[in-house]
Amino acid sequence: MKRRNLLIGAAVVGGGLVVGYRAWTNSFAAHAAALVARPGESLIGGWVKIAADDTVTVYVPHIDMGQGTHTALAMMLAEELDADWSKVRTEQAPPDKAFANRFLAKGWIMQGLRVPSFLDGAVDTTFAEAARFLNLQLTGGSTAVRITGQVGMRIVGAAARQVLLEAAASRWGVTPRELSVAAGVITHVRTGRSLRYGEIAASAAGLDLPASPPLKQRKDYTLIGTSVPRLDIPAKVTGTQKYGIDVRLPDMRYAAVMSAPVHGGKLVDVDPAPALAVKGVEHVVPLEAAVAVIARGYWQASRGLAALQPRFTDGGNDTFTSARLDAQFQRALDGSEGTVRLKTGDPAQALKDVARDKLVTAAYRVPFLHHAAMEPVNATAQVKDGKLTVWAGDQAPLPARREIVRLSGLAADDVTFVPTPLGGSFGRRGGANGATGFYFAQVIALAKKIAPLPVQMIWSREEDFAQGTYRPQVATRLQAALGADGKPLAWSQAYIDGVPSRVESFHIPYAIAHQSFRAVDSRHHVRLGSWRSVNHTQHGFWTESFIDELAHAAGRDPFQYRRDLLPAGSRARVVLETAAAKANWGSPLPPGVGRGIALVESYGSIVAEVIEATLGSDGTPVVHRVVAAVDCGDVCHPDTATQQVEGAIVMGLSAAIA
Amino acid sequence: MITLKVNGAEHQVDVDPQTPLLWVLREALELTGVKYGCGVAACGACTVHVDGAPVRSCSLPVSAAAGAAIVTIEGLSASAGMPAGALHPVQQAWVAVQVPQCGYCQSGMIMATAALLKRTPKPTDAEIDAAITNLCRCGTYPRVRRAIRTLAETA
Repeated sequence: MKRRNLLIGAAVVGGGLVVGYRAWTNSFAAHAAALVARPGESLIGGWVKIAADDTVTVYVPHIDMGQGTHTALAMMLAEELDADWSKVRTEQAPPDKAFANRFLAKGWIMQGLRVPSFLDGAVDTTFAEAARFLNLQLTGGSTAVRITGQVGMRIVGAAARQVLLEAAASRWGVTPRELSVAAGVITHVRTGRSLRYGEIAASAAGLDLPASPPLKQRKDYTLIGTSVPRLDIPAKVTGTQKYGIDVRLPDMRYAAVMSAPVHGGKLVDVDPAPALAVKGVEHVVPLEAAVAVIARGYWQASRGLAALQPRFTDGGNDTFTSARLDAQFQRALDGSEGTVRLKTGDPAQALKDVARDKLVTAAYRVPFLHHAAMEPVNATAQVKDGKLTVWAGDQAPLPARREIVRLSGLAADDVTFVPTPLGGSFGRRGGANGATGFYFAQVIALAKKIAPLPVQMIWSREEDFAQGTYRPQVATRLQAALGADGKPLAWSQAYIDGVPSRVESFHIPYAIAHQSFRAVDSRHHVRLGSWRSVNHTQHGFWTESFIDELAHAAGRDPFQYRRDLLPAGSRARVVLETAAAKANWGSPLPPGVGRGIALVESYGSIVAEVIEATLGSDGTPVVHRVVAAVDCGDVCHPDTATQQVEGAIVMGLSAAIA
Repeated sequence: MITLKVNGAEHQVDVDPQTPLLWVLREALELTGVKYGCGVAACGACTVHVDGAPVRSCSLPVSAAAGAAIVTIEGLSASAGMPAGALHPVQQAWVAVQVPQCGYCQSGMIMATAALLKRTPKPTDAEIDAAITNLCRCGTYPRVRRAIRTLAETA
């Protein structure tokens, strides 16, 4: 069993995706193949399928919500596989245990196996994430290319290539060393005989996968690092991409729903008569905290819902306002409650010692933000013959499936979850979190009500906004003491905590001797969730606004001031300097145009931006130019990385003016 | 019964005449390329052509579209006389510039652009801003503009 253990280990660090689970048990492999492979197709290792016509299908355990990772991950696998890229397709991995990585992660943890050398230095920071994200089949935290790709897809591709070569060698009675491969064709160099992957895949599928197949050197890449057209885009320009809201089933009914407008509220009562009077309406369904109307069409359902006058409890929060919440926060920040998250040196003393004119203070507030994905929350469900099927987009299909099983009260084997692409999400739809996934409970209840008919529940845009899981409204107070040279000696910050996250976002990149950070957990009834970049969204704004205040107080240039506080040669300093250089920092600007710079690290990527803007006569800022310098590590697909930065700039600006 | 001419084919639909065209297209005709985004004609995800004009179908009663030539994203290419399976020039530009991210708003973006360019083959930036007011949360706006400029240059 030693070899099998090794296989599992390699899988974890090394992409256990395939390799690992195949090593786990043969019945698992058969189970996975039964899920996805049709006659004439061979599932190799579990994550790559090769058909007789040479089509290579890569199963991707991340959800496409626009970020382009399906293409990037397929590229990483195809690179090591030496596949013909024109034959490569991707499919969403089924939310099934066979396609989870938890066995691999577990195997690695339990056995403490050595990390492959190509991961040296990277694994310390990524291991915890690998264990946590790969096993959950979760899309978030910028893990796809960084972890699934580097430690998963590449090794899977290399391992599959090796067994394909072994199978070909065996057929010809030669050694694999005598073979070469390019674009999915294996050639016996001496005799010129050749075999396409599709011809040999069935033989290769039965072979044991190697634990640590050799990986390519960066200089040998032909696919990684190129911007091939994204595989998902043709369907997205022809309207044929099917999102959750596009699921169509025979006799499907549509439901509109209204939850208690004050979060935490429950339904008291509702008179169904006005809705039932609307033509096409079939049911009014009271739920614990909502009322739903089921009709033959969504328009009729929403007309029916609009006719109702449900009464909800409000927990005494009906007059709660953002101003009241801020007052609560300010009281909390005034005191000493909370937790000291980090303390270096003696910032209190440094602040006391400094002259009054060298003391800088600031207070910042940020509002609730909604994800506002273009596809409103929706889910489709059907209960038939005691079995439940749910179709929905979700960033975390396996936890979503678990949650659906729990909510339905059915046995796991009687529940099928079909994950669909998401029309945006940005953290909104992740079933791992019960608070975000309560719409699953709604749709399950509705499907039970009209079983065996299927029902598609769509939240109206208004409902989607009202029932958000918002980036929290939070506030902070900052104090700093400047030295004689204008540099900060001390930085002391108290802030209201954001959402639970595995990454602490308060850290500042600047070399300041005395630092303290106090976090206060100040509760309220409004539902919160992860928003793009999670807590970095507020902390990046606070840190960078305050360092600007310090530069201003010191009479220094904001770029130079930051630069001087960053260690020479550090990634952060290189990124900052690159942004400044590309933006011609310091060059003359037209009258009325301002220029600013900021630097934020988030989930291992460091970004600096220079923005040139004017303030319009009506007070609306007009952005003329944004220059971004980004160190996000190895870039697999430069154009999709660029797309992400372009889109993030737009989304960041929307938050800045909120 | 209401008679609808959609993508060159006639359909009889039995619906409340006040039903927005959007829901008839998506549900009765299963043309799901046209998207629901806001329901109040603000986001443009539901844009289709009605007698050549870009219309936000979520706010147009189906009765108002009866008899008119309706084109959805599914029929855009054919409506411009392209052979079956070929992409409309706007769709081609969208692929060339790699515009979409999540893609949900893109049907509407493309329909709005096709209508704009038919009227105004070489739009100025101001004309683009005035005509393409569709919303995109992924932030594809810079690429939408770049794709339109590419089309304008070759017009």
